[in-house]
Amino acid sequence: MKPLDSKKDYQEYVNKKSPNSPILKNCFNAFWVGGLICSIGQIILDICKSRGLSQEISGTIVSIILIGISAFLTGLNIFNKIGKFAGAGSLIPITGFANSIVSPSMEYKSEGYIMGVGSKMFTVAGPVLVFGISTSILVGLIYLIFNTQSITLV
Amino acid sequence: MDWLQSIDWLQLLRCFCTGGFICIIGQILIDKTKLTSARILVLFVTLGAILGGLGIYQYIVDFAGAGATVPLTGFGYNLAKGAIKGVKEYGLVGAFTGGVTSAAGGIAAAIFFGYIASLISKPKMKKE
Repeated sequence: MKPLDSKKDYQEYVNKKSPNSPILKNCFNAFWVGGLICSIGQIILDICKSRGLSQEISGTIVSIILIGISAFLTGLNIFNKIGKFAGAGSLIPITGFANSIVSPSMEYKSEGYIMGVGSKMFTVAGPVLVFGISTSILVGLIYLIFNTQSITLV
Repeated sequence: MDWLQSIDWLQLLRCFCTGGFICIIGQILIDKTKLTSARILVLFVTLGAILGGLGIYQYIVDFAGAGATVPLTGFGYNLAKGAIKGVKEYGLVGAFTGGVTSAAGGIAAAIFFGYIASLISKPKMKKE
Protein backbone atom coordinates (compact mmCIF):
# COMPACT_ATOMS: atom_id res chain seq x y z
CA MET A 1 0.00 0.00 0.00
CA LYS A 2 1.42 3.33 -0.98
CA PRO A 3 1.55 6.03 1.65
CA LEU A 4 -1.23 8.58 1.69
CA ASP A 5 0.28 11.95 0.91
CA SER A 6 -2.30 14.58 1.53
CA LYS A 7 -5.34 15.04 3.70
CA LYS A 8 -7.50 14.73 0.61
CA ASP A 9 -6.08 11.34 -0.28
CA TYR A 10 -6.71 10.21 3.24
CA GLN A 11 -10.30 11.45 3.11
CA GLU A 12 -10.91 9.54 -0.10
CA TYR A 13 -9.37 6.45 1.40
CA VAL A 14 -11.60 6.70 4.46
CA ASN A 15 -14.70 7.24 2.33
CA LYS A 16 -13.88 4.18 0.26
CA LYS A 17 -13.35 2.00 3.30
CA SER A 18 -16.18 3.14 5.57
CA PRO A 19 -19.50 1.46 4.85
CA ASN A 20 -22.28 3.56 3.37
CA SER A 21 -25.06 3.94 5.86
CA PRO A 22 -28.32 2.91 4.23
CA ILE A 23 -29.86 6.35 4.54
CA LEU A 24 -33.10 5.50 2.77
CA LYS A 25 -33.83 2.59 5.09
CA ASN A 26 -32.89 4.68 8.15
CA CYS A 27 -35.21 7.46 7.01
CA PHE A 28 -38.06 5.04 6.47
CA ASN A 29 -37.65 3.54 9.95
CA ALA A 30 -37.34 7.01 11.50
CA PHE A 31 -40.50 8.06 9.66
CA TRP A 32 -42.80 5.34 10.85
CA VAL A 33 -41.49 5.04 14.40
CA GLY A 34 -41.53 8.83 14.83
CA GLY A 35 -44.99 9.02 13.29
CA LEU A 36 -46.21 6.23 15.56
CA ILE A 37 -44.94 7.96 18.72
CA CYS A 38 -46.62 11.21 17.64
CA SER A 39 -49.83 9.29 16.88
CA ILE A 40 -49.84 7.80 20.38
CA GLY A 41 -49.53 11.38 21.63
CA GLN A 42 -52.40 12.48 19.41
CA ILE A 43 -54.65 9.67 20.70
CA ILE A 44 -53.91 10.62 24.33
CA LEU A 45 -54.55 14.27 23.39
CA ASP A 46 -57.91 13.44 21.79
CA ILE A 47 -59.00 11.35 24.78
CA CYS A 48 -58.02 14.13 27.21
CA LYS A 49 -59.85 16.74 25.15
CA SER A 50 -62.97 14.58 24.90
CA ARG A 51 -62.97 14.47 28.71
CA GLY A 52 -63.24 18.26 28.66
CA LEU A 53 -59.66 19.22 29.48
CA SER A 54 -58.15 22.32 27.87
CA GLN A 55 -55.68 22.12 24.97
CA GLU A 56 -52.74 23.19 27.15
CA ILE A 57 -53.41 20.80 30.01
CA SER A 58 -53.95 17.96 27.51
CA GLY A 59 -50.63 18.76 25.83
CA THR A 60 -48.86 18.69 29.19
CA ILE A 61 -50.46 15.33 30.04
CA VAL A 62 -49.25 13.94 26.70
CA SER A 63 -45.68 15.09 27.44
CA ILE A 64 -45.74 13.65 30.96
CA ILE A 65 -47.06 10.26 29.82
CA LEU A 66 -44.63 9.92 26.89
CA ILE A 67 -41.68 11.05 29.03
CA GLY A 68 -42.65 8.63 31.80
CA ILE A 69 -42.99 5.67 29.44
CA SER A 70 -39.70 6.31 27.67
CA ALA A 71 -37.80 6.96 30.91
CA PHE A 72 -38.82 3.57 32.25
CA LEU A 73 -38.23 1.84 28.92
CA THR A 74 -34.72 3.31 28.95
CA GLY A 75 -34.21 2.06 32.50
CA LEU A 76 -35.20 -1.43 31.37
CA ASN A 77 -32.78 -1.20 28.39
CA ILE A 78 -35.65 -1.57 25.92
CA PHE A 79 -35.51 1.97 24.56
CA ASN A 80 -31.91 1.56 23.40
CA LYS A 81 -32.98 -1.30 21.16
CA ILE A 82 -35.77 0.82 19.67
CA GLY A 83 -33.28 3.67 19.27
CA LYS A 84 -30.80 1.50 17.41
CA PHE A 85 -33.52 0.49 14.98
CA ALA A 86 -35.33 3.81 14.58
CA GLY A 87 -32.52 6.36 14.91
CA ALA A 88 -34.05 9.82 14.85
CA GLY A 89 -37.52 8.28 14.99
CA SER A 90 -37.21 7.82 18.72
CA LEU A 91 -34.62 10.58 19.32
CA ILE A 92 -36.50 13.59 17.95
CA PRO A 93 -39.84 13.07 19.74
CA ILE A 94 -39.91 14.07 23.40
CA THR A 95 -39.12 10.42 24.20
CA GLY A 96 -35.55 11.16 23.11
CA PHE A 97 -35.33 13.92 25.70
CA ALA A 98 -36.30 11.49 28.46
CA ASN A 99 -33.87 8.93 27.07
CA SER A 100 -31.08 11.52 27.07
CA ILE A 101 -31.69 12.07 30.79
CA VAL A 102 -31.80 8.43 31.86
CA SER A 103 -29.05 6.84 29.80
CA PRO A 104 -26.08 8.95 31.02
CA SER A 105 -27.27 8.81 34.61
CA MET A 106 -27.47 5.00 34.42
CA GLU A 107 -23.86 4.91 33.32
CA TYR A 108 -22.64 7.03 36.23
CA LYS A 109 -24.70 5.27 38.88
CA SER A 110 -21.52 3.86 40.40
CA GLU A 111 -20.41 7.40 41.32
CA GLY A 112 -23.29 7.75 43.73
CA TYR A 113 -26.86 8.85 43.79
CA ILE A 114 -26.22 12.57 44.21
CA MET A 115 -23.10 13.45 42.24
CA GLY A 116 -23.39 10.45 39.94
CA VAL A 117 -27.03 10.10 38.96
CA GLY A 118 -28.15 13.54 40.09
CA SER A 119 -25.62 15.51 38.10
CA LYS A 120 -24.96 13.28 35.09
CA MET A 121 -28.67 13.30 34.24
CA PHE A 122 -28.09 16.66 32.62
CA THR A 123 -25.13 15.91 30.35
CA VAL A 124 -27.42 16.08 27.31
CA ALA A 125 -30.61 17.52 28.77
CA GLY A 126 -28.70 20.44 30.32
CA PRO A 127 -27.69 22.05 27.02
CA VAL A 128 -31.18 21.40 25.65
CA LEU A 129 -32.74 23.26 28.57
CA VAL A 130 -30.12 26.05 28.50
CA PHE A 131 -30.65 26.81 24.82
CA GLY A 132 -34.39 26.20 24.86
CA ILE A 133 -35.09 28.42 27.85
CA SER A 134 -32.62 31.12 26.75
CA THR A 135 -34.21 31.28 23.31
CA SER A 136 -37.66 31.51 24.84
CA ILE A 137 -36.56 34.44 27.03
CA LEU A 138 -35.12 36.18 23.98
CA VAL A 139 -38.40 35.57 22.13
CA GLY A 140 -40.28 37.07 25.06
CA LEU A 141 -38.00 40.13 25.18
CA ILE A 142 -38.26 40.69 21.43
CA TYR A 143 -42.03 40.38 21.68
CA LEU A 144 -42.01 42.88 24.54
CA ILE A 145 -40.00 45.39 22.51
CA PHE A 146 -41.89 45.11 19.24
CA ASN A 147 -45.14 44.02 20.87
CA THR A 148 -46.21 42.16 17.78
CA GLN A 149 -46.13 38.63 16.54
CA SER A 150 -47.15 39.67 13.07
CA ILE A 151 -43.63 39.91 11.63
CA THR A 152 -44.42 36.87 9.52
CA LEU A 153 -48.08 37.52 8.89
CA VAL A 154 -47.50 39.18 5.55
CA MET B 1 -65.01 1.56 23.48
CA ASP B 2 -66.16 5.14 23.70
CA TRP B 3 -62.60 6.48 23.62
CA LEU B 4 -62.32 5.26 20.03
CA GLN B 5 -65.02 7.70 19.04
CA SER B 6 -63.02 10.63 20.35
CA ILE B 7 -60.29 10.00 17.77
CA ASP B 8 -60.23 12.08 14.62
CA TRP B 9 -58.70 9.69 12.07
CA LEU B 10 -57.82 12.29 9.44
CA GLN B 11 -56.13 14.35 12.15
CA LEU B 12 -54.27 11.21 13.22
CA LEU B 13 -53.00 10.68 9.67
CA ARG B 14 -51.80 14.29 9.40
CA CYS B 15 -50.14 13.87 12.81
CA PHE B 16 -48.41 10.63 11.73
CA CYS B 17 -47.05 12.12 8.51
CA THR B 18 -45.87 15.42 10.01
CA GLY B 19 -44.27 13.75 13.02
CA GLY B 20 -42.58 11.23 10.76
CA PHE B 21 -41.38 13.97 8.43
CA ILE B 22 -39.77 15.92 11.29
CA CYS B 23 -37.99 12.71 12.32
CA ILE B 24 -36.75 12.22 8.73
CA ILE B 25 -35.14 15.68 8.89
CA GLY B 26 -33.39 14.56 12.07
CA GLN B 27 -32.31 11.26 10.51
CA ILE B 28 -30.83 13.03 7.48
CA LEU B 29 -28.90 15.32 9.84
CA ILE B 30 -27.58 12.28 11.72
CA ASP B 31 -26.54 10.44 8.56
CA LYS B 32 -25.21 13.31 6.48
CA THR B 33 -23.51 15.50 9.07
CA LYS B 34 -21.22 14.68 11.94
CA LEU B 35 -23.51 16.26 14.51
CA THR B 36 -23.83 14.27 17.73
CA SER B 37 -27.33 13.48 18.92
CA ALA B 38 -26.99 16.00 21.76
CA ARG B 39 -26.33 18.79 19.27
CA ILE B 40 -29.29 17.70 17.17
CA LEU B 41 -31.58 17.85 20.20
CA VAL B 42 -30.29 21.36 21.01
CA LEU B 43 -30.72 22.40 17.38
CA PHE B 44 -34.31 21.15 17.23
CA VAL B 45 -35.37 22.81 20.48
CA THR B 46 -33.77 26.12 19.51
CA LEU B 47 -35.27 25.96 16.02
CA GLY B 48 -38.69 25.19 17.48
CA ALA B 49 -38.42 28.15 19.86
CA ILE B 50 -37.40 30.51 17.04
CA LEU B 51 -40.15 29.28 14.70
CA GLY B 52 -42.60 29.45 17.58
CA GLY B 53 -41.55 33.01 18.34
CA LEU B 54 -42.01 34.01 14.71
CA GLY B 55 -45.48 32.48 14.71
CA ILE B 56 -44.66 30.02 11.91
CA TYR B 57 -44.78 26.91 14.06
CA GLN B 58 -48.34 27.70 15.12
CA TYR B 59 -49.51 26.85 11.59
CA ILE B 60 -47.81 23.44 11.75
CA VAL B 61 -49.38 22.78 15.16
CA ASP B 62 -52.83 23.76 13.87
CA PHE B 63 -52.33 21.37 10.96
CA ALA B 64 -50.75 18.38 12.69
CA GLY B 65 -51.62 18.59 16.38
CA ALA B 66 -49.44 16.21 18.37
CA GLY B 67 -47.41 15.52 15.21
CA ALA B 68 -45.87 18.94 15.76
CA THR B 69 -45.96 19.23 19.54
CA VAL B 70 -44.51 15.82 20.47
CA PRO B 71 -41.18 16.26 18.59
CA LEU B 72 -38.61 18.40 20.41
CA THR B 73 -39.33 21.35 18.11
CA GLY B 74 -42.73 21.35 19.84
CA PHE B 75 -40.96 21.63 23.20
CA GLY B 76 -39.20 24.75 21.92
CA TYR B 77 -42.46 26.07 20.48
CA ASN B 78 -44.12 25.52 23.85
CA LEU B 79 -41.37 27.49 25.61
CA ALA B 80 -41.61 30.39 23.15
CA LYS B 81 -45.42 30.44 23.25
CA GLY B 82 -45.31 30.50 27.04
CA ALA B 83 -42.82 33.39 27.03
CA ILE B 84 -45.06 35.44 24.71
CA LYS B 85 -48.11 34.64 26.82
CA GLY B 86 -46.15 35.63 29.92
CA VAL B 87 -45.18 38.98 28.40
CA LYS B 88 -48.82 39.64 27.50
CA GLU B 89 -49.91 38.98 31.07
CA TYR B 90 -47.05 40.20 33.23
CA GLY B 91 -44.79 42.30 31.02
CA LEU B 92 -41.03 42.01 31.44
CA VAL B 93 -41.16 39.42 34.23
CA GLY B 94 -43.33 37.22 32.02
CA ALA B 95 -40.48 36.82 29.52
CA PHE B 96 -38.58 34.99 32.26
CA THR B 97 -41.42 33.10 33.91
CA GLY B 98 -43.66 32.28 30.96
CA GLY B 99 -41.52 29.82 29.02
CA VAL B 100 -40.64 27.52 31.87
CA THR B 101 -44.17 27.77 33.27
CA SER B 102 -45.70 26.38 30.12
CA ALA B 103 -43.10 23.62 29.80
CA ALA B 104 -43.01 22.92 33.55
CA GLY B 105 -44.97 19.67 33.36
CA GLY B 106 -42.60 18.16 30.81
CA ILE B 107 -39.41 19.33 32.54
CA ALA B 108 -40.54 18.20 36.00
CA ALA B 109 -41.74 14.85 34.67
CA ALA B 110 -38.45 14.32 32.83
CA ILE B 111 -36.39 15.03 35.95
CA PHE B 112 -38.60 13.00 38.31
CA PHE B 113 -39.21 9.96 36.10
CA GLY B 114 -35.64 10.15 34.85
CA TYR B 115 -34.26 9.95 38.36
CA ILE B 116 -36.60 7.15 39.43
CA ALA B 117 -35.91 5.17 36.27
CA SER B 118 -32.13 5.50 36.80
CA LEU B 119 -32.52 4.26 40.36
CA ILE B 120 -34.41 1.13 39.40
CA SER B 121 -32.25 0.34 36.37
CA LYS B 122 -29.41 -2.07 36.37
CA PRO B 123 -26.19 -0.38 35.21
CA LYS B 124 -25.23 -3.10 32.73
CA MET B 125 -27.57 -5.74 31.44
CA LYS B 126 -26.06 -9.11 30.71
CA LYS B 127 -27.11 -10.69 27.50
CA GLU B 128 -29.99 -13.08 27.95
